[in-house]
Amino acid sequence: MEKSVNWNSLVVANGGLGNGVSREKLQDVLRECGRVESLLMPPNKPYAFVTYGSAEDAQRCYTSLNGSQLHCQGQTVTLYLSFVEKVGSESEVCAELPPGLKVLEEFVSAEEETGLLDAIDWAPTSDAVTVQKALKHRRVKHYGYEFRYDNNNVDKDKPLPGGLPKICDALLERCLKENHIDIRPDQLTINQYEPGQGIPPHVDTHSAFEDTILSLSLGAKTVMDFRHPEGRSVAVVLPRRSLLVMQGESRYLWTHGITPRKFDVVPAGDSVSPQALTSDHSDLTLSKRDTRTSFTFRKVRRTACDCGRPPPPVPCAYSSACDSQRPLEEPSAPVLPQDDGDASRLETRFVHQVYEEIASHFSSTRHSPWPRVRAFLCSLPPGALLADVGCGNGKYLGLNSDLWAMGCDRSQSLVQICAERGFQAFVSDALNVPLRSGVCDACISIAVIHHFSTQERRLAAVNELVRLLKPGGRALIYVWALEQEYNKQRSKYLKEKDLGQEERTGTSVERENESVPDCSQGHAGKGDRCAQQNQPKLVVHTNRTAFNSQDLLVPWHLKGGATKAPETPTDNQPSESSPVFHRYYHVFCEGELEDLCRRVKDITIQTSYHDQGNWCVILEKTL
Amino acid sequence: MKLLTHNMLTSHVKGVVKGYPLLIKATEVKVNEVEFNPQFVSRMIPKLEWTALVQAAQGLGHLNDLPNELVPDYEKNEEFLRKVHRVLLEVEVLEGCLQCPESGREFPISKGVPNMLLNEDET
Repeated sequence: MEKSVNWNSLVVANGGLGNGVSREKLQDVLRECGRVESLLMPPNKPYAFVTYGSAEDAQRCYTSLNGSQLHCQGQTVTLYLSFVEKVGSESEVCAELPPGLKVLEEFVSAEEETGLLDAIDWAPTSDAVTVQKALKHRRVKHYGYEFRYDNNNVDKDKPLPGGLPKICDALLERCLKENHIDIRPDQLTINQYEPGQGIPPHVDTHSAFEDTILSLSLGAKTVMDFRHPEGRSVAVVLPRRSLLVMQGESRYLWTHGITPRKFDVVPAGDSVSPQALTSDHSDLTLSKRDTRTSFTFRKVRRTACDCGRPPPPVPCAYSSACDSQRPLEEPSAPVLPQDDGDASRLETRFVHQVYEEIASHFSSTRHSPWPRVRAFLCSLPPGALLADVGCGNGKYLGLNSDLWAMGCDRSQSLVQICAERGFQAFVSDALNVPLRSGVCDACISIAVIHHFSTQERRLAAVNELVRLLKPGGRALIYVWALEQEYNKQRSKYLKEKDLGQEERTGTSVERENESVPDCSQGHAGKGDRCAQQNQPKLVVHTNRTAFNSQDLLVPWHLKGGATKAPETPTDNQPSESSPVFHRYYHVFCEGELEDLCRRVKDITIQTSYHDQGNWCVILEKTL
Repeated sequence: MKLLTHNMLTSHVKGVVKGYPLLIKATEVKVNEVEFNPQFVSRMIPKLEWTALVQAAQGLGHLNDLPNELVPDYEKNEEFLRKVHRVLLEVEVLEGCLQCPESGREFPISKGVPNMLLNEDET
């Protein structure tokens, strides 16, 4: 079969960067077979794509390399080849630096580098000038103030004697003179990373340090991963002897971390500005890590965090990540509703209006159906009538074309998106679905009922679903779970962004290990936890962390706002391109959804389960 | 909004006892060809309120010779199923409104989307 095709491109299985095969090594063997037009090596993948100038060359490559062995980085891989018709480009990766971030290459000379590295005495001493710790994943030394990993802060009243080492003076003078900083730093943390070591993603504590943070890379380069709370990520190459300047959004909102590994994926050429790794897979290779020492300079903050910059009463622009800013500091910060009117108003402002505002961005992030919802829809008989109550952008409406699927949602903008996709949808509230009783063979309610702010309203939403079902009809309900870690599995919500943070105030976790909070702690009795809702004001949740309350406001960072990242290096104003909206959620604790369903007449619970941070039930109407 | 969907929709204004069927007041209707699937149409027929379907089709001028009474053994009657197919799945209301038969409340239809939201005092 392979011989009959007349294609120029091949996929080289096992010949990828993710398999430890370097670009140079693979290129050498591929070139022996003919003229290589392009070689795409997607980062972290165990395969590569090669395109030859002619089908004959490609055929020669297939004949000589398929099943052959390649020795690379001290290991042997067996290459398997297969013709492909064409090589597509992979999905776009954000290639712009986070707003407020700069990498200044060759900031120190080779001599200065040697001087700085020689000045650190890593010998175990008990001098009073510095504090040295051997962390699990790296060596660390503090000057000026000790950074405490237990509370992610510094003892502001206990400076270490001696201040910062004199050898840093010239460097810091230059930073001041070139306006990278406007106050002299008074805290220095030196980290030393061996190959294979890293630092978990974190935001430096807002209340501990002033805005600008400097970090000098000595001894070797590395790749630092920056991640926006909504998931965008940028891998930034920090060349040896470069200075990283983090300000504004990049310092206050984005997490940064170094993945523990022995090889980084970096641009192959000596390109002039290699800082943000792009989606151009034709120019990536592996770089072996070496011992890297970083000097991180920070200024201890003496006042409350002003991370938002605009003066009060405008709430902090990065409040979702700020430990000085919660609960939400605004005059009408919401409280848990006491009656139905309050509840309805809360939901109008913190659910309906928000979805209307974020509809198009929200929709662009909602495209992959959850596998177990898909399985439910595919289990329905042909010709079944389905109502998707709270259908959003309609991602489940077209999944099984043997059904008659109708969707409804509160958000007109989202329903309009459904209609444009050719789906049957209408605008309505989940408490008053305008469908005849008993017509539906099935209903789904995916990520909807957690937006109702009283138990009565959540119950009414389940009752309304059941009203639509005919006897024997089934409903699938998904709600967000308090327990984001279940059976020792972290949910995708926590895991994908890999940013677990524990304390209520904790935005910044410069942790030395990746211990993740056990959110089941302290609520042995479910009932206690469920009743424990006397918070005067609703808590603002920190994205991608464990929940510490059942009723909370979850920030949504709107993408595609007015401005983009600063184009010029001199423009360092914190970007205001990322307006934050807060959505109300009631996250369900274990057993709560089943308890709610048991209060509904004429149903049986067929099954209930935990799926990626959600509690789920399938119920059947009996009469 | 296709007429199959319309057949399932009802008015749920507070206090209304008989909010069905909703009267269609259309200002823009289009007919789109949809692939004919006789099995699918046969499966939909038992779920329909037949009289409401005939009324709706008639009101839009797309009755398409549908009989007032459902014919027996329709599963094998391709000619009949094709007529039902056209009315159920090919006729679409793009602009206009739906009116509650009891309260007279009108629900707007815009770009094919009925807005069935109620005001606070209607729930």
